[in-house]
Amino acid sequence: MSRVRDFVRSNSRNPNAVAYTIMGLAALFYPAVVQFATGGNGDYLVGLAADGGIYMLMAIGLNVVVGFAGLLDLGYAAFFAIGSYTYAIVASNHLGVTPIGHSLHIPFWIALFIGMIVAATAGALLGAPTLRLRGDYLAIVTLGFGEIVPRVFRNAGVWTGGVPGISALDVPTLPGWFQGPWIGQDFAYVPDFRFTSANLTAYYVLMVILIAFVVVLVHNLYNSRLGRAWMAVREDETAAAASGVNTVSVKLLAFSIGAATSGFAGAFYGAKLSYVSSDNFGFDVSVTVLAMVVLGGMGNIPGAMIGAAVLYFVLFWLLPNAPTQVESLASSLGMNWLTQSTPNGWPGIAEEVSRSKYLIFGLILVGIMLLRPQGLLPSQIRKQELKHTADLAPAVK
Amino acid sequence: MAAMVQRLRGSVLTSPTSSAVNLVGLLVVAIAVVAALQRIYQSGPTYFFQTLGFGMAQGAIFALVALGYTMVYGIIELINFAHGDVFTLGAFFSLAVMPLFGLTAGKAPSTALILPLIGLFVVTMLFCALVNVAIERVAYRPLRHAPRLAPLITAIGMSAFLEGVMFIWRGPYNLAYPDFLPEQQISLGGGVTIAAKAVMVIVIAIVLMIGLTLFVGRSKLGKAMRATAQDRDAAQLMGIDINRTISATFFIGAALAGAGGIIYGLYYNSVAAFDGFQYGLIAFTAAVFGGIGNIPGAALGGFAIGIIAAISDGYFSVSWTQIMIFGILIFVLVFRPTGLLGMRVPEK
Repeated sequence: MSRVRDFVRSNSRNPNAVAYTIMGLAALFYPAVVQFATGGNGDYLVGLAADGGIYMLMAIGLNVVVGFAGLLDLGYAAFFAIGSYTYAIVASNHLGVTPIGHSLHIPFWIALFIGMIVAATAGALLGAPTLRLRGDYLAIVTLGFGEIVPRVFRNAGVWTGGVPGISALDVPTLPGWFQGPWIGQDFAYVPDFRFTSANLTAYYVLMVILIAFVVVLVHNLYNSRLGRAWMAVREDETAAAASGVNTVSVKLLAFSIGAATSGFAGAFYGAKLSYVSSDNFGFDVSVTVLAMVVLGGMGNIPGAMIGAAVLYFVLFWLLPNAPTQVESLASSLGMNWLTQSTPNGWPGIAEEVSRSKYLIFGLILVGIMLLRPQGLLPSQIRKQELKHTADLAPAVK
Repeated sequence: MAAMVQRLRGSVLTSPTSSAVNLVGLLVVAIAVVAALQRIYQSGPTYFFQTLGFGMAQGAIFALVALGYTMVYGIIELINFAHGDVFTLGAFFSLAVMPLFGLTAGKAPSTALILPLIGLFVVTMLFCALVNVAIERVAYRPLRHAPRLAPLITAIGMSAFLEGVMFIWRGPYNLAYPDFLPEQQISLGGGVTIAAKAVMVIVIAIVLMIGLTLFVGRSKLGKAMRATAQDRDAAQLMGIDINRTISATFFIGAALAGAGGIIYGLYYNSVAAFDGFQYGLIAFTAAVFGGIGNIPGAALGGFAIGIIAAISDGYFSVSWTQIMIFGILIFVLVFRPTGLLGMRVPEK
């Protein structure tokens, strides 16, 4: 007992430990609380959280690239697309309609890792020739790559399903599953379980497990020799190289590990939606994930996760719901003129609010970088670096 | 001669890839060129010159936008992602203030429109320039000594912010932009014609570019810009006001982008809030293609990318054009990061 007490005491001042604990508890109780609060109609919210988990996975992966290694990846959605399309091709009837003529139905649990490996390979292939360039050139190359990949998927005709994309992907299956009061049903054992949109709690549980798995992996990497090498490269590439760090391979590893995480998330996304289309992987996805990492705190895993949760909540729950809320607020205040659209261009307050997504993106990115560059939950090391470089700069020169 | 040898040797030594990979790169370019030439030969000269005229016109607009990217990159090594949106803002703003100059949709093109159009250009360029200077003040200057990632992220943020402002202002629609340029085709003999519109666009752009070159080459402020780009600390020691010089760079770059925005509107007769980001990326590709930091390079790169895009549109498929342009971007960065005319930015 005293050991537990010591453990709690020694970690209660560590913000990361507290954040992990809070997030773990929140993840555990979220479905039950939501179902209780909505009187059993919370499936939509549970599914939304599962979708948010996809962004959280991507934020953890991008945090490795941007936060740990200091490489700006602006085409992160490309690897997401590659993971999704890989899953779609190896786990649906689609290959049957291509010239190959035989469809593949690899089980989700293996296909997930195939998507991850393909994305990591794409990352390595893109990174190998470009990572020796200077930092902002990498940003541009990844940006170009992010613009190319969805368009290639759109134009590749029969191989990727063209504009409509690929639909009817396989769903994950398990030999058994437990249902119970947490989704408003009696406790029972379900044999030969299939994940469907009727049971979003299953997706949610799967997502939580995947996130925990990735967090453990990335956390161990961060504390390894490789993690220290990443930070050395981020702080001063020349000094790192002089100290014997192979900067190119270290950067390449960061880049492909980030890509792998994105591909992993992409495969899950394909399976959950059971459909992929090239429209869902644009630059706005890359920027959203980047904003999540910056908002949460670059270089800190729980920071990136919290940033993802907060921004996802704002963008995918608050903003879609805000227009009707604002509209009813305006009419209850007797300002009906605000809610009606007028011929001279005022589209009504609801429309204006729903248009404000990009403005919010921009304000978050600029505001955080100017006011709190270390983010909501900062990495202690990164905080020093971001805060004090300005004061140090003259002295160094 | 010696300097040229030096430069060649330097570019070979700093080339990031091995000669075998370079050979593959050359082979890809050769195949693409042969395929294009073969199609051009099959379709005859009339179609080719039409495509060329179109490509030159869109290249002129790319060049105007690319100049802003290249100047800013040359002086503070920042990719100003907001630049493409300042360009769209120019089109949006000019559309809004147009009636003040008596320019209303439906007016037939005539010489009487020249003076109001010049006024429109001046006001829009001034507006965009001030917006860009404000962006620099708010989002880039406080971060000048921060890690390089920081201003890049605020640049993306400012880009999203400007898009957001335009989106809230006019919505997601394609706005109709009035057509004040003549529709005639000018015959060049032998059945070859070029649109008068394209000629006018090219002429306006070239006049602006000559003005810029003279300014940077001859004026005191231009000299200060070149000095600051070369070595900021030394320039400061020589008594150059660095902040003022950087502001001036943003001012001029955005003025050109604003002019580009009007020309874009006049040429395509349609503009939407999110056009600028894509367009800016292509213009940035042009700047990289010509050698980023290099002013004549950006102009050359703009025209080159415009013509390549037109050839891709005209002889291959529109849906592959952007893939090709971004492919060129990656290709140039991998095989020749200094671009066509060589980069004038020292590695700091």
